[in-house]
Amino acid sequence: MNKVYNNRAWLLVLPMLVLVAFSAIVPLMTVVNYSVQDVLGANARFFTGTEWFETMLNDPALQAAFLRQIIFSLTILAIQVPLGIGIALIMPKRGWQASAVLILITLPLLIPWNVVGSIWQIFTRGDIGLMGWGLRQLGIDYNITRNAGDAWVTIILMDVWHWTPLVAMLCYSGLRSIPEAYYQAARIDRASKWAVFRYIQLPKLTNVLVIAVLLRFMHSFMIYAEPFVLTGGGPGSSTTFLSQSLTTMAVGQQDLGPSAAFSIIYFLVILLVSWVFYTAIMNMQKDKHSQGGA
Amino acid sequence: MSYQLENTQPGEKYNTIFSRITPAQRRKRNARTRLRSRLLLGIYLVLMILPIYWLLNMSLQTNSEILGSMTMWPENLTFDNYIGIFTNSSWYMGYVNSIAYVLMNMLITICVALPAAYAFSRYSFIGDKHLFFWLLTNLMAPPAVFLLPYFQLYYSVGLFDTHIAVALAHCLFNIPLAIWILEGFMSSVPKEIDETAYIDGYSFPRFFVKIFIPMIRSGIGVTLFFLFMFSWVELLLARTLTATDAQPIGMIMTRTSTASGIDWGTLAAAGVLTILPGILVVYFVRHHIAKGFALGRT
Amino acid sequence: MSWMVWTVPTAIFFSAIAAMLAGMTVWEIVSPTIERKGFLPISTTRGDRLFVGLLCAAFIHLGVIGYTSLSIWLALAASLAWLVVLMRWG
Repeated sequence: MNKVYNNRAWLLVLPMLVLVAFSAIVPLMTVVNYSVQDVLGANARFFTGTEWFETMLNDPALQAAFLRQIIFSLTILAIQVPLGIGIALIMPKRGWQASAVLILITLPLLIPWNVVGSIWQIFTRGDIGLMGWGLRQLGIDYNITRNAGDAWVTIILMDVWHWTPLVAMLCYSGLRSIPEAYYQAARIDRASKWAVFRYIQLPKLTNVLVIAVLLRFMHSFMIYAEPFVLTGGGPGSSTTFLSQSLTTMAVGQQDLGPSAAFSIIYFLVILLVSWVFYTAIMNMQKDKHSQGGA
Repeated sequence: MSYQLENTQPGEKYNTIFSRITPAQRRKRNARTRLRSRLLLGIYLVLMILPIYWLLNMSLQTNSEILGSMTMWPENLTFDNYIGIFTNSSWYMGYVNSIAYVLMNMLITICVALPAAYAFSRYSFIGDKHLFFWLLTNLMAPPAVFLLPYFQLYYSVGLFDTHIAVALAHCLFNIPLAIWILEGFMSSVPKEIDETAYIDGYSFPRFFVKIFIPMIRSGIGVTLFFLFMFSWVELLLARTLTATDAQPIGMIMTRTSTASGIDWGTLAAAGVLTILPGILVVYFVRHHIAKGFALGRT
Repeated sequence: MSWMVWTVPTAIFFSAIAAMLAGMTVWEIVSPTIERKGFLPISTTRGDRLFVGLLCAAFIHLGVIGYTSLSIWLALAASLAWLVVLMRWG
């Protein structure tokens, strides 16, 4: 769509800008201010320069948390995206069944994140939880508070349970937008199921899939409440992700300077990743438009 | 009319890509795949519901039954846990607080996001793309980064421990999200509609309220669904910005663990009650949801 | 405002950013940018190149601070040089 060039549009954007700036820019500036100082109290603070950044960049605990975070995010993406597509493909397309399945599937998305943690904490306990109890009955020594491997599997399972619905819903709505004529043409040509998926459904899905990957990546990168409630980051620090390290440092230990420096590094990484994604999306749309015009 | 499949060359024979199957084989195969997909979906749904069922199951049991034996359904059905929550103001006020700030946030967000999304979908202006990207980065900023300054900021302006503080704080990620979703919906409304209305003598505000907003009703419904969802499920900021008067239910739930152990029954009942508003919201937007999740761009 | 714990260096930093944004706006009004393709893999406007430059500058600084013993001024100089290269040929 050709947009009209008109700078008065800024007036429409202004109220939103004021609100978001109040919530985003003032705190961000404060974080930057904290990061170069050692704030001990209201009137006791010392300028430390880049010292906190140096400490944070070389902190082995944080590097480990960062690595865990990346492994976690990539793992859940690798599971949720194919699984979400699969579920979207087998969801009923019309009638009351479609509505019922839609409502059921969105259910996990609407549960407060700490309640998700509680649900899984209860569900996986060896004494009162169905899953924990069931696995013990099968003779599997399953204990998320003692075994790091179990804790990891459970957190990934929980995240898959919690967020696959979002991917599935996005893909489902992408699939619904394919005109029936495409399928008819494929039927006339006796296309196989795989061919229909590969040449009709998947190309239509790319747009929503990029949104899904972007949303999932950034949410998994700031995951906090669920693992905090479920495992508390343990056993040891085996399931401590970035947000939790940061919150422990900032709220638990009141280390304003280091946690601010850490926040900035964290934010810059997110900024870089989201810029790459955003540019990719925009270029994809641009390519599509230029192809459509040709 | 010809159907050119994506990723194929014009004139390319589909038969070279697609396998050959007779119609009889196809019908049989279709029936079989249909059955199989229903079965798979059924398995997924059962696995998905299981943890929630378990929560519900526990919420209807007494603590002694929960801890005493493994029961697949409540044998001594009891509603005591729910009654306990509804008769204790410190418990049910948690729900009132959560719902209050969620509704405030939805109202504020939609009011400022509608004109902004319209600007992004219809006009180009200096810095529009960068502004849009900046908005999205707020969607991606981990709330943990902003915890301390938020506390300081709202404390210094005297809003600490009020509903409006949480509502404003949640604007940080909800406004960008709303603009992102609404912009997609608005861009799918042809621009000729705007132009015709202006020619007919509509002023901008009147056109916007009388014609444009009704046209993107389903988009607004879906946006409200997402706003509800993300404000309702967020706890980190809500917890930091409140102490007693505006405490969200998620925070009150932590009270169930006391020195004498965890009150599992009440915890489970409170958990079940946090799921209900979500079901209600999803029920209202169920007809738009399939379309809306594509965020208007497909 | 005291809770924001301002310091002189950070104040200068934010003023510089604000001045850059203001300058870019004025430049845009005086002579609107034309999107073009330089050595970067995507076609960019002036604003895009500035953003890429600033983001690179941030990571250059982090790298220098965290993993070398070089002076931070060296990082600043390198970032500025890279920014100029980006703005001109990117």
